[in-house]
Amino acid sequence: MRRVLANQELLLIGLMALLVLAVSLKFPDFFGLQTLFNVLTASMVGILFAVGVMLVVVSGGIDVSFLAVGILSAYATVKYGPQGDGPFGALPVFALSTAIGLGLGLVNAAVVIVARTSVLIATLATSSIYLGTMFAFVGGEVISTLPQPLQSLGSTHLFTAKGAVRGTTSLNILILVVLVVCVLVWAFLRFTIAGRSVFAVGGDAEAASRAAISVPRTRVLVFAIAGAVAGLAGIISVTLSGRADPTTFMGRELDTLAAVVLGGVAIAGGKGTVRGAVLGVLLISLVTASLVPLGIPTIWQRAAVGALLIAGILLQTAIGRRQRIRPILDAPAPEVTNA
Amino acid sequence: MSAPIVEAVGVSKRFGGVRALTEVSVAFRPGEVHCIAGENGCGKSTLLKVISGAHRPTSGQVIVDGTTYDHLTPRQALSAGIEVIYQDFSLMPNLTAAENIALPRSVAGGRRLYSRTAARTLAERAVVRLGVEIELDIPVGELTVAERQLTAIARALAHEAKFIAMDEPTTALTWKEVDALFAAVGRLKEAGVALAFISHKMQEIFSIAERVTVLRNGAVVTSGRPDEFTHASLAETMTGRGSQSFDRVAPRNKNRAPALRVRGLGREPLFADVDLEVGQGEIVGLAGLLGSGRTEIAEAICGVRPAQTGTVEVLGKAINVRSLSDGVAAGIGYVPADRLTQGLFLDQPIGDNLVATHLPARRGFLNGPAIERRKSSVVRDLRIKLGKLTDPVRSLSGGNAQRVLLGKWLVGEPKVLILNGPTVGVDVGSKFDILGVLNAQSLQGLGVLIISDDVPELISMCHRVLVVRSGRIVRELSGDQLREDTVVEAVTA
Ligand SMILES: Nc1ncnc2c1ncn2[C@@H]1O[C@H](COP(=O)(O)OP(=O)(O)O)[C@@H](O)[C@H]1O
Ligand SMILES: [Mg+2]
Repeated sequence: MRRVLANQELLLIGLMALLVLAVSLKFPDFFGLQTLFNVLTASMVGILFAVGVMLVVVSGGIDVSFLAVGILSAYATVKYGPQGDGPFGALPVFALSTAIGLGLGLVNAAVVIVARTSVLIATLATSSIYLGTMFAFVGGEVISTLPQPLQSLGSTHLFTAKGAVRGTTSLNILILVVLVVCVLVWAFLRFTIAGRSVFAVGGDAEAASRAAISVPRTRVLVFAIAGAVAGLAGIISVTLSGRADPTTFMGRELDTLAAVVLGGVAIAGGKGTVRGAVLGVLLISLVTASLVPLGIPTIWQRAAVGALLIAGILLQTAIGRRQRIRPILDAPAPEVTNA
Repeated sequence: MSAPIVEAVGVSKRFGGVRALTEVSVAFRPGEVHCIAGENGCGKSTLLKVISGAHRPTSGQVIVDGTTYDHLTPRQALSAGIEVIYQDFSLMPNLTAAENIALPRSVAGGRRLYSRTAARTLAERAVVRLGVEIELDIPVGELTVAERQLTAIARALAHEAKFIAMDEPTTALTWKEVDALFAAVGRLKEAGVALAFISHKMQEIFSIAERVTVLRNGAVVTSGRPDEFTHASLAETMTGRGSQSFDRVAPRNKNRAPALRVRGLGREPLFADVDLEVGQGEIVGLAGLLGSGRTEIAEAICGVRPAQTGTVEVLGKAINVRSLSDGVAAGIGYVPADRLTQGLFLDQPIGDNLVATHLPARRGFLNGPAIERRKSSVVRDLRIKLGKLTDPVRSLSGGNAQRVLLGKWLVGEPKVLILNGPTVGVDVGSKFDILGVLNAQSLQGLGVLIISDDVPELISMCHRVLVVRSGRIVRELSGDQLREDTVVEAVTA
């Protein structure tokens, strides 16, 4: 039980509790289901992106192509993919977007392996190529009429409750998909040799290859999973917003990277958890949600994310510098008491 | 003689222009400990890496159990029962010791699922079999060097191996752990495992080997039974030069203020009540088991991790060391463990290497003429044989490169030099060079404090040996008491 929650994750939870408490003191309405649903809804897509990025970062490298992968997969799917009908009509749409994402992830892996370059440089390049491809060949206009199954899915809610002030507030059923992906990735990292290999490669690729781990194969697997998860995130985002806008995520990479770093994923690789990444995203969504009732203009949200990112990095260096000190001195001799 | 389990046949390996191995052939037989000996850089580690599949040979084959491979992969090697304890350990720092021990075989065996408890059980068994203690559940990167070494050893012993190669496994270990390792080696030998063993320590080679093969410049010079060699003849075969020995050091001058005087040094919970003195021109040894606090005491004196209580004086002047640069400014030089073997920029000029850690400066600007003077005086003092100061270090012979390393620390003109394991992992030839330089410097008044595990070395070098146990200095040995058996006894008591 000692290590159930790493220190950093406890800190994030504490920070969130503090934030909720502070805002609620001023606005008692803030403490309620509405805020919970708002934060969860705002986090759903971010959590998926963060989990994918976390995988890549753990294996050693910073991925910046996930948003391009996500939107290209979703946009191309909505534009050219199946319109779908029947009760499970959304399934082929989701599958196609996920598959496209997986393919784009494989392209990322190929570039990293063949060009022997860093993940950051490789994905900066592929990210531009994906976005360019989308605007040049797929299109740039907003599609505001989604396939029927996506429209109905977008308004299928798991919970609906009375709003804090008026109306109702609800949580979309797609949160279950997010949950399932998180559990799957967690189980992959924890219970499979391939998952442990991801950590090994991120810790020391040379040592891993001497331990019979195929470094290229591990990288391919990681990018494939991350790509597929990004493709899924893209289509979920489109479904939730009810429109496919190719510019949706433009320049929002920092939000996800900051969340991942805040969640205790080591930028140098080899360390990270699904739980941490999720908590990081939740914290950032909560910060954004708190700005509104506090009357702080939302343009400050970006500055807040930047500040949180710096805080996260400082925290990591502080934790990294902390050394275990093992006592050497013998315990002082017990005092002799004379009866 | 039984058939070899693993055999290298005509193996050559080049790295760019460097010929690391030239037509090397060696055979490893069941139940036999085969020592590979040779100076640093002669190709011992490269040979083992070719056998384990970590390096692909430029030419030549490896034969495992009768199957010939032009190029083994690590996976094939592991599956065939080949285990290597690499010199750099090759552990994953972010994984726990248990996982490091269990993972390679699971991967090589094509397993798909990983069980933390199964890994833990396997690792625990390996550690118990080795007879040591390691914390299995924290990341290996947080372990000490010795614990990491033990983890690497445990990993090689955890599975049924047919061939185990150990690349300088004892360098970071103390006697107790070396004993445990040798006991394990004995059991493996009886079980019919073939073993390769690399060490720079002569006693180890002679006590454990059935066969010795000597490499020089990447080629086999000779191979034979240990009883065909003496310590001196083996050293000579390795270095290719005549044998050398020390004059017993000169007595110290008692009338001058001590170079270093420490009183009541303490830091909870690491060490307490440390009193010690190093005279000018005196060489003092600090002996103790790993984890006895010897390194912590040295680090406190020089400012790496300052003490909480106590005083430090250099040449009779009290100083306050809160950081390494305080220490350097006050005339305390500290050569940390591993530094001597890794502290050179091989392709940079000799002169620049000499002043790399200590640049004479005036008000923040480098003082060019002073730098040049300092370089020349160190080269003269240490009798470094070189062409020009601007030649790269790579152009120097091993022994002279070793002098450059020491020279780096002497450029700052310390009053007392503290060395943590100065000859750890250093071959016989270079070891002699290092000790020779220290000896010569001490004759000029430098106080020297050597932390070492190498008892013969301490005895041949030091005027006095202080013994550290559980964070306290418990004995001082000098004169007639300064014998191998008394030191070993005092340290392990
Ligand atoms: N990965 C490498 N790249 C380039 N040169 C190397 C590499 N590994 C070893 N060498 C060179 O090969 C030679 C033999 O090295 P090594 O096998 O490590 O020696 P030893 O273990 O006997 O000290 C050295 O000259 C070393 O510099
Ligand atoms: Mg070596």
